[in-house]
Amino acid sequence: MASTFSRMLMGRRTAMLLASLGTGALATGYLMSDVNHAAVIDRTKLFPPSSDYPDLRKHNNCMASHLTPAIYCRLRDKLTPSGWSLDQCIQTGVDNPGHPFIKTVGMVAGDEESYEIFSDIFDAVIKERHNGYDPRTMKHHTDLDSSKVTHGQFDERYVLSSRVRTGRSIRGLSLPPACTRAERREVERVATMALSGLKGDLAGRYYRLTEMTEQEQQRLIDEHFLFDKPVSPLLIASGMARDWPDGRGIWHNFDKTFLIWINEEDHTRVISMEKGGNMKRVFERFCRGLKEVEKLIQERGWEFMWNERLGYILTCPSNLGTGLRAGVHVRLPHLSKDPRFNKILDNLRLQKRGTGGVDTAAVGDVFDISNLDRIGRSEVELVQLVIDGVNYLIDCEKRLEKSQDIKVPPPVSQFRK
Amino acid sequence: RMPRGRGMASLALYSDQELPDLSKHNNHMAKVLTREMYAKLREKQTTSGFTLDDIIQTGVDNPGHPFIMTVGCVAGDEETYEVFKDLLDPVIQDRHGGYKPTDKHKTDLNPDNLKGGDDLDPNYVLSSRVRTGRSIRGFCLPPHCSRGERRAIEKLAVEGLGALDGDLKGKYYALKNMTEEEQQQLIDDHFLFDKPVSPLLLASGMGRDWPDARGIWHNDNKTFLVWINEEDHLRVISMQKGGNMKEVFKRFCTGLTKIESLFKTKGHEFMWNEHLGYILTCPSNLGTGLRGGVHVKLPHLSKHEKFGEALKKLRLQKRGTGGVDTAAVGGIFDISNADRLGFSEVELVQMVVDGVKLLIEMEKRLEKGQSIDDLMPAQK
Repeated sequence: MASTFSRMLMGRRTAMLLASLGTGALATGYLMSDVNHAAVIDRTKLFPPSSDYPDLRKHNNCMASHLTPAIYCRLRDKLTPSGWSLDQCIQTGVDNPGHPFIKTVGMVAGDEESYEIFSDIFDAVIKERHNGYDPRTMKHHTDLDSSKVTHGQFDERYVLSSRVRTGRSIRGLSLPPACTRAERREVERVATMALSGLKGDLAGRYYRLTEMTEQEQQRLIDEHFLFDKPVSPLLIASGMARDWPDGRGIWHNFDKTFLIWINEEDHTRVISMEKGGNMKRVFERFCRGLKEVEKLIQERGWEFMWNERLGYILTCPSNLGTGLRAGVHVRLPHLSKDPRFNKILDNLRLQKRGTGGVDTAAVGDVFDISNLDRIGRSEVELVQLVIDGVNYLIDCEKRLEKSQDIKVPPPVSQFRK
Repeated sequence: RMPRGRGMASLALYSDQELPDLSKHNNHMAKVLTREMYAKLREKQTTSGFTLDDIIQTGVDNPGHPFIMTVGCVAGDEETYEVFKDLLDPVIQDRHGGYKPTDKHKTDLNPDNLKGGDDLDPNYVLSSRVRTGRSIRGFCLPPHCSRGERRAIEKLAVEGLGALDGDLKGKYYALKNMTEEEQQQLIDDHFLFDKPVSPLLLASGMGRDWPDARGIWHNDNKTFLVWINEEDHLRVISMQKGGNMKEVFKRFCTGLTKIESLFKTKGHEFMWNEHLGYILTCPSNLGTGLRGGVHVKLPHLSKHEKFGEALKKLRLQKRGTGGVDTAAVGGIFDISNADRLGFSEVELVQMVVDGVKLLIEMEKRLEKGQSIDDLMPAQK
């Protein structure tokens, strides 16, 4: 139960109280970890932090750029209340030196407390990854009131589909790199219980990966809903693929416009989408669905991980804040050939990708255009930014069709004033 | 490092909620691990913090193959085999032909005790090789060791090997400092090992921090090779072209004995006990950790219906020449001892020498169109 977890996370005294009330297993477990903590400390004296400092000379990721020997030495022997360490946070970045052109993050959180206890390194990584957002001085504002969004219906001669995604973590349970099988199953239980309470156009069904029939699997693949065991060494090195496919599954509503992934890269990934250009409706359903799910888990004593420094807490620092990527598949045959295309995107704080995903190239002049930022602006602000930006791009496309000239827009401000 | 799930939140959850779903699994660990055993062992840790979940992670993540029975568990340190004996003793018993928790293992690295072996017919035997592994007592094993420990192991090993002389004198090539030319030479010599890609190995955690503190040492003659911090602390290989297994084994024993005494002068020893012999990461490599074998041409015999039976009776195993998962090419097989534990090094290499001799005799009979029925051996 959530209340049990939050009480336990508060301190050892509480754990001892629970031990006296609870099972022998709990008492033994606590004492065992106490005894071995001493032994663990002995080993750490034998091998001082300097002996364990990773060799990052050939590395190019955000973690490697900021993890100095001094920071490592200061943090190596610290543990979160769940027992998660700095070495475990950075393992993926040590094992994957990175790409000369693509700068990966290089570290993950094992739980909510990771971002606090290892803030010396996380804050620096967050600041670099989020283009200057400083968690030490800035606040992140959450706004899921979709009624504030305007002009959210795109010209469907250009926009083929619209989509908004984010993630949510359940407070009190460890994140995918760190969670035990029991914790992962608990995430599945809490999430699916809440989802089963959704009604109307949000009513739907859960498909557990371990129990899927061949037909169900094929249908989910054909609809591009199914996720597979990760193959990326970046993800595997973090430990999030352990025990696959235990505790993993896919939930979607009967309309197939609201989809949740459970225990993939995060506790939950939430996606709202539809064909065509009605971004307003996509976002409205997104916000409504999220709020409904939140209400349903709160009724049972659970809540999402969130704080005003970092917004919604997810496994990868790149997804903090809103964790939101709102985007469209849009045809831009003329604009994409214009030499000012990238500059226009930059100034609008938009990002282009191929329609196959983050690493793909565009096919047939159809681009995936989405927001660049995740933190420092609310959900409403980011979606409005995408709406305004895509409308601008379509306008440019129409002008170029008629051989009219286009203008590079002034840069949109990055953080809210 | 602190193992997962040692914190307050996880300890509250009961054992049944943590129990892995092994219903689709086919490996030694899955066959042995019961609900009650899991509940009992999940509360334990070794002194360095290795837990049951750490031991079995590779077996949980890799359900196994319908035909090949994998082990499905690894040790994180020497103590693992003691603290978790409830799980590992039955796994060892299953894997090593009924070896009991009370059995004693005999170590014999005296090459003079090997009879014959210097005259395997070079028309059939292309090369001979003996390999084993060694772990340095006091350090955690590859699934669990920290970077500091792994580097200390590398340093000790390189110092020890650096003191070898005579035909054993050689050089160390650290994986992360290798030049292009060195790398190409090592590939051409078939010495270079790569970062593991097998999910069985990666799931155990032994690939962490690659290629930090990994390397290859070999003598100038290229007949004695040591891998550092790959699947074990040290993997030791003696080999040469042709059929003089006796010479290969003599170099093997001499080299190992010398390395061991060099380590002792620095106050270190190998992990060993009289029940399990030499302690290595995978339970399948306990005892001698020895695989001694030849690449041998058996085009007729390999097509004979009694080939498999002969191998079984001789306690030998066949593989393709590309390694454990490969098929034979051109009738050339890798033939080696099937056992690791419960027989000494001399006994195992003797079985290979005697067995291969017999197999070649059978091959020669079949070449002449003669029967091999009278040559079929009794079960060793």
